[in-house]
Amino acid sequence: MTQPLLAIDDLAVTFSTRNGLVEALRGVSLTLNAGETLGVVGESGSGKSVTAFSVMRLLDRAGRIARGRITFRGQDITKVGRDILQPLRGAAMSMIFQNPRAALNPIRPVGLQIADVLRAHNDLSAGEARERAIAALEAVRIRDPQTRVDAYPHELSGGMCQRVMIAMAIACEPALLIADEPTTGLDVTTQKTVMDLLADITARRGMAMILITHDLGLAAQYCGRVAVMEHGLVVEQAAPDILFTQPSHAYTRKLVAASTTRTSTVASLVAGEPAVAPLTAPKHAASASSEPLLSVTNLTKVYGADFKAVDDVSFTLRAGESLGLVGESGSGKSTISRLICRLIDQTAGTIRFDGEDISAIPTGQFHRSPLRKDIQIVFQDHGDSLNPRFSAFDCIVDPLRVTLGVKDMRTLRARAEDCAERVGLPINLLDRFPHQLSGGQKARVGIARAIAANPRLLVLDEPTAALDVSVQAVILHLLERLRRETGLSYLFVSHDLNVVRMMCERTIVLRLGRIVEEGPSSAIFAAPKDGYTRELLEAIPHFEPNRRSASAAETVP
Amino acid sequence: MSTATLRHVGFILRGNPVTLVAGCGALFLVLVAIFGPSLVPFDPTTSNVPRALQPPSATHWFGTDQLGRDVFSRVVVATRLDLLIAASAVSLSFVLGAVIGAFSGYSGGTLDRWVGRFVDVLMAFPLFVLAMAMVAALGNRVENIIYATAIINLPFYIRFARAEVNVRRSAGWVEAARASGNSHARVVLLYLLPNVLPAMAVQISLNLGWAILNAAGLSFLGLGVRPPTPEWGILVAEGARFITTGKWWLVMFPGMALMFAVLCFNLLGDGLRDILDPRMRT
Amino acid sequence: MAMAATIAKRAGRRFLSSLPALFGVVVFTFLLMRVLPGDPAIFFASGPNAGQAEIDEIRRQMGLDKPIPEQLIYYLRDITTGNLGRSMTTGQTVVKDLVTRLPASLELTFVALMLALSTALPLGIMAALRPNSAVDHVVRFLCTLGVCVPTFVSGLLFIYGFYYLLGLAPDPTGRIDIFASQPPTVTGFMLVDSLIARDSEAFVAVASQLVLPACTMALFVLAPLARMTRASMLAVLTSDFVRTGEALGLSRLRVILVYALRNALLPVITIMGIVFSTMLGANVLVEKVFSWPGVASYALDALLASDYAPVQGFVLLMATIFVMVNLTVDVLYGIADPRVTIE
Repeated sequence: MTQPLLAIDDLAVTFSTRNGLVEALRGVSLTLNAGETLGVVGESGSGKSVTAFSVMRLLDRAGRIARGRITFRGQDITKVGRDILQPLRGAAMSMIFQNPRAALNPIRPVGLQIADVLRAHNDLSAGEARERAIAALEAVRIRDPQTRVDAYPHELSGGMCQRVMIAMAIACEPALLIADEPTTGLDVTTQKTVMDLLADITARRGMAMILITHDLGLAAQYCGRVAVMEHGLVVEQAAPDILFTQPSHAYTRKLVAASTTRTSTVASLVAGEPAVAPLTAPKHAASASSEPLLSVTNLTKVYGADFKAVDDVSFTLRAGESLGLVGESGSGKSTISRLICRLIDQTAGTIRFDGEDISAIPTGQFHRSPLRKDIQIVFQDHGDSLNPRFSAFDCIVDPLRVTLGVKDMRTLRARAEDCAERVGLPINLLDRFPHQLSGGQKARVGIARAIAANPRLLVLDEPTAALDVSVQAVILHLLERLRRETGLSYLFVSHDLNVVRMMCERTIVLRLGRIVEEGPSSAIFAAPKDGYTRELLEAIPHFEPNRRSASAAETVP
Repeated sequence: MSTATLRHVGFILRGNPVTLVAGCGALFLVLVAIFGPSLVPFDPTTSNVPRALQPPSATHWFGTDQLGRDVFSRVVVATRLDLLIAASAVSLSFVLGAVIGAFSGYSGGTLDRWVGRFVDVLMAFPLFVLAMAMVAALGNRVENIIYATAIINLPFYIRFARAEVNVRRSAGWVEAARASGNSHARVVLLYLLPNVLPAMAVQISLNLGWAILNAAGLSFLGLGVRPPTPEWGILVAEGARFITTGKWWLVMFPGMALMFAVLCFNLLGDGLRDILDPRMRT
Repeated sequence: MAMAATIAKRAGRRFLSSLPALFGVVVFTFLLMRVLPGDPAIFFASGPNAGQAEIDEIRRQMGLDKPIPEQLIYYLRDITTGNLGRSMTTGQTVVKDLVTRLPASLELTFVALMLALSTALPLGIMAALRPNSAVDHVVRFLCTLGVCVPTFVSGLLFIYGFYYLLGLAPDPTGRIDIFASQPPTVTGFMLVDSLIARDSEAFVAVASQLVLPACTMALFVLAPLARMTRASMLAVLTSDFVRTGEALGLSRLRVILVYALRNALLPVITIMGIVFSTMLGANVLVEKVFSWPGVASYALDALLASDYAPVQGFVLLMATIFVMVNLTVDVLYGIADPRVTIE
């Protein structure tokens, strides 16, 4: 019986806040053997990051380990002081973080930052440390390490910053690497390179890794064992194939169902909700031949002197249709959605809505147009898209008051209640302010506001990107139902290809402001023609039980 | 204001005793400004040469000046003028600054660049020197001190409103308001300004202190209010001539009054800021 | 070298962009001085009973009979040739007066700035390292009090305490005790001059004269500096990259000095320009309280005597110093923060 590398036993952590003590962890037990890869999965507030910070003993001042024990290599590190911790950190256990750019010192060259770590744990001269830093950059496959060693973080891309961070973390060959949401905020293709690199390095060096993520697919693909956390407790842990095929805990079942995969449908995401009829027969199929509702021709938006955020984009959208715009950051998808909503002026091109050239109306004047109420938008960050001084009711009826000039309080109230009902927002929440609502509730208010004035086109700008998967599932379900009930047209903007596949009949793939591929969603996903689309599809974390066990067998040293 | 809100305010104030004390101090000053002149024991401008330059005593709490005038009465009476100057100047610059700053921050275009440059130039310049020149140019009158103080306060408000609006102009709810059919002007006036005002109101309290200091500084130099009008800066200036001979009370008491006023407004402002935004606690 | 070039380019651009502002200041002060009350011609006429002819003569000599735009053009032409006019009160050219008096103001300001920085930075850092500790509370108390005391009151109270009561400070008049021997003027900065002359007695005399006004001024800007240092240090200490340093086992000293402090000083550098500006403004009050023969008291006397030229010269000088200070701040910032080089 060998001793585990890390053992967490009944760990409880409390945070003192303005509202008294909050229990972030309520008795977490986990063990990790040398060389093993453990995924810790959970939604926001589940305590997965707190677990990681407790192991590194990096909790901020408000946090306190109330109970339990953390043993690393047989040594109890729950209460030890800095004299013991400092030599361990970086040399025996390391951590990489979310938002790599912020995690690097902005005014120090990355090579020196790696050298700092090396010299903290080894007796090296500056020259030797530099050589080793270059070697470390090479190890994380950064091209041209001789020059990059002198680069500042702002001169590197987000993915490269994360690789530098990995180089720092593994520079002293630690036995344990904790990766806290290492790819959140990175594009899906970058995510794949970073994760492949991490998997390769940990396998090759026999390092143990704890991967903390909200993405069940990602954890399943890269970890030998996955622990699911909810409300500060580990509710289930098992090998990924067991977790996916036979989840035993109710929460795991919900999470697995809500996670989008290649085969999931909107209905399958929310097991238990009333089933939605399949999307095969949209009720406006008849209008397919008639004039499109929205037609965009040669749309171009230039920022500054010559940065083309949107470059000569043309497409059409039929009434009742749902069109997906997919792309990574910088693809121009959000710019397009704002151009169509007439929030920003285009540089060139035309936008026709229901036959009328709305791009001819300057955005500063568009609020007077009768078409204003017909084009509405749902934003990505629901917290940010609600006026903090408006109650949910005020938010929802704002378009009615402004575009339709409705003043009568009873009409407004009735309309707001109707909208709230349609988006599944309890009516007693209407008088609450945004900060008193949960993420899912705010999303519902945002959708209710968008549909309040009975628009014809709804632009959905990453409507679920900021939500936990279980909430995302419910919101997608809701959007799907709304479309069938009202016959709205959707322009669905997302970076998540699986979501777009489920929600849209047709998909446009964007890259650097240009359309690279366009076609029926099923065709694009089944047989992508463009190389970039293929790359995007392959980069989506996916879990295939059989392949995983094979690759796991290979990587075990 | 509902009872729930009142209870909330009460709860917060109990958690911030310093703010409560500062608030009481400010209130006290306002009361002194209103009722002080009718309650003082001596006429602040009547001289009584035989009793000149007496140290503090039971009759003359703060002593007497070189003309035998009662320093206590003069300090109390001065409160009204000093607060009046500061309050008028600050409200003037607040209203102007909030509107200019909000539109500039929202537009973000050429207007914003010009306003930004103007503010930078103004702030880079020794504002006190500017105020001096203005009072000298416009004439030694109380309203000119107000204008001068307002002008040198203006850049702070413009900059503040501009920055606050600027971080919000691309917020989702602003775009949402536009998508709901609000014009630019409506967005600025009905959406952005109400969101920015509480933070700016805190600046009012902080700037009141600064305005009092500036106005008193100008009078100290002999610009603005003229003797024999009692004003804290003038009282200090008159006392300055006797400090090397140890007549400390002439400088000390008006000085303390100045410090007390500025302290109250500053602490109140700090406390309000903490209450409104705990993240800005410094 | 690439960095030096970028910084030079940046500084150059900044200089050019501040020229319109400088011009604006010149025109503004010119106009301001022309609407000042009181006719200087009457003021400088031989006496209250001077005849109209005499006044007109003076007026013509001073160019006051010309239309305002023409006067402005003459004034601008004079500026470019380094002619700022002549002071009516001292009888010297304004340039000469300013040159002799500027070192006094600068010496006072620089010493006060050094004093303030060397106190404020450690205080702010200590407070940030132990938030809500006794140190933090003391610093907060000092800062709160510091901004509340007007310079003219604190200066006078210093005089009362250290000169009248304790007798530690010399007579608070001027830059050096009238009985002490003045070091030969080389730079105009008396501290430096006395060092050059190796005159320790003069150095002590100068320094003791300088201590009170410098402390008065330092106290005034201590609070904003310490506050800013504390706030930015606190923000940096909770930043992600400091956590990275901690997570990878860097020593506490290294984390604080190399990772936290260097980043925390960036915002402090940016407010240096404003702090310097405030100090030059406060100079007027401090120079008056301590009868300091600097440019600010010179301008104040001229202002009260309706003597245009020195005031205009003073304002122009202030504006020029400003442009220079901001350039310096820019260059310093460019060196300290590599991110500004890409814009």
